[in-house]
Amino acid sequence: MAEISIRNVAKRFGDFTALDSIDLTVADREFMVLLGASGCGKTTLLRIIAGLETPSEGEVWIGSRRVDHLPPRQRGIAMVFQNYAVFPHLTVFENIAFGLRMQKLPEAEIKRRVGRTAELMHIGQLLKRYSGQLSGGQRQRVAVARAMAMEPDVILMDEPLSNLDALLRLEMRAELKGVLAESKTTTIYVTHDQVEAMSLADRIAVMDKGRIVQAERPIEVYRNPAARFVGSFIGNPPMNFLPARKADNGAWRVAGVTFEGPASERDEIAFAIRPEDLAPADDGLPAEVRVVEPLGPHMLVTCDVEGQLFRAVLDSDIDLSRGDLLRLAPAPERIRWFDPETEQSLRMH
Amino acid sequence: MTAVTATEAARPAADIRSRGRLVFVTVIVILCVWVLVPIYLLAINAFSSPDQVNAFPKSFVPGFETDNINFFLGFAGVGKALFNSILVAGITMVLSILLGAPAGYALSRFDFHGKDTFRVLVLMTRAFPLPLLALPLAVMFIRTGLDDTAFGLALVHTTLALPFAVLITFSLFSGIPVELEEAAWTLGCTRFQAFYKVVLPLILPGIAASAVFAFVISWNEVFAAAVLTIENRTLTAFLLQSLDVSPLHLKFAGGAVLVAPALIFIFVVRRYLFAMWGIANR
Repeated sequence: MAEISIRNVAKRFGDFTALDSIDLTVADREFMVLLGASGCGKTTLLRIIAGLETPSEGEVWIGSRRVDHLPPRQRGIAMVFQNYAVFPHLTVFENIAFGLRMQKLPEAEIKRRVGRTAELMHIGQLLKRYSGQLSGGQRQRVAVARAMAMEPDVILMDEPLSNLDALLRLEMRAELKGVLAESKTTTIYVTHDQVEAMSLADRIAVMDKGRIVQAERPIEVYRNPAARFVGSFIGNPPMNFLPARKADNGAWRVAGVTFEGPASERDEIAFAIRPEDLAPADDGLPAEVRVVEPLGPHMLVTCDVEGQLFRAVLDSDIDLSRGDLLRLAPAPERIRWFDPETEQSLRMH
Repeated sequence: MTAVTATEAARPAADIRSRGRLVFVTVIVILCVWVLVPIYLLAINAFSSPDQVNAFPKSFVPGFETDNINFFLGFAGVGKALFNSILVAGITMVLSILLGAPAGYALSRFDFHGKDTFRVLVLMTRAFPLPLLALPLAVMFIRTGLDDTAFGLALVHTTLALPFAVLITFSLFSGIPVELEEAAWTLGCTRFQAFYKVVLPLILPGIAASAVFAFVISWNEVFAAAVLTIENRTLTAFLLQSLDVSPLHLKFAGGAVLVAPALIFIFVVRRYLFAMWGIANR
């Protein structure tokens, strides 16, 4: 059992606050993805869990043990690094066996485990090679095999796929998911790639400026962003935002159209809708077409709504060109609202 | 029309470039001649018979005579001086690495206050003239009983070799990604084990090169050796003392014996010396 619990962890480098009171619990066998732009603190948090960085404040628990004062080797973790960190002076076999030898396991057991993990990662034929003789993808496999062979309670992955080319990344992503699901370890995976996060995670923790903004199931993060940042960071293209001015009896006016909305003391809040939740309709928001990009199954239309950039993903059958005026109606149950000051989501009652 | 103006405009630029190249090549040639001609003359004269050495005009082809060298090596005291030189250089080598490598590791891996100042200070030790230090050093050595010992001289040579040992190992350690060490820590290693099992095997050739360089610095050093030793002279100090009054052909032989090992060693480790100045290993 290896539940990970991060309690009120903060990390400061001089005046710079990299992490600001992080609280996060990762359930046993859960696949948690830390997602955020570069510099948001996600790697720092991972390194604190690994023990490669000391928190300025707070506690880290793995299983029923408090580990933040322990060195990495005593934490029951294995880590996969962004640049693979395959030891260049050892063969693939010795790389995978490295951690097992440190545990002083019997030779037969080492052979068995190396063989099994190498088989799992499809590098059985490379065991006698050195890192210099491997491709990037193969090195990545060695790095994962080396971590898996440890049979750790927790596997930590720091952008493991970001150095691979696009096609290989897609292939490795699916393979990683399968292998890790089977291994039944708790996984924390850091990435800045939202597609990777959506496809791999049981839960995504979206981070921004050293804080966790939202930690929920991928579909929840996508559908109900807890903050404006999440909506604008996740989704390709991201969410559209428009200012909404207060009308009578709790309704809000957006670009001349009235919508039912949440209660708020403010005079203006933000209206948000995902580009794919829009459809042409007579009572929709007035939009002037700027750019039309046919993408095969659908087309991406960039418009201007009241001077604001506004994107819609529409059926490719519609005939549109630059300068056309159309009205785009949002699906009512998909509209979201955000407070302009706190940037937090305003829920409908 | 446009094509013509284009070539006209291009010509002055090309001119300047080729002139710049000419200056560059000239400087290179002068530097090479500066270094190579004395070595060449030394080699010729060391391998010629005494008559050839004193003859005029000089022959530019060596006589391939080894009499000079053989006589020189058989000369009383040479064997002992050679042994002393090797002993002092050996101690210098060990001390420089034992003290320099940890400093290089710390510089490359840790952030600490005054790190940049420390790096400059390391080099500054070379700016302090040894003759200025020689007298107080000699007095202190006599008081502590270190005078005229191989170890005492090795201490002085270590201070000379240490800046290079620090800078070379610093660049070596910096070339090893931190992630390799971190990976080793997560796989069950202590800091020391990770260093021993991962970093050391990777930089061993570089450490050896840095050691050889320290050896050469000690081997070539003459001033401190001459001032601080009397009975246990190193080869350089011995040559300075005895060859001063020897015939020309013996001087050449002594010079050749002194220069050859240094040249060979430096040639072997040249790759790592480039690394010290931040030029990529090629």
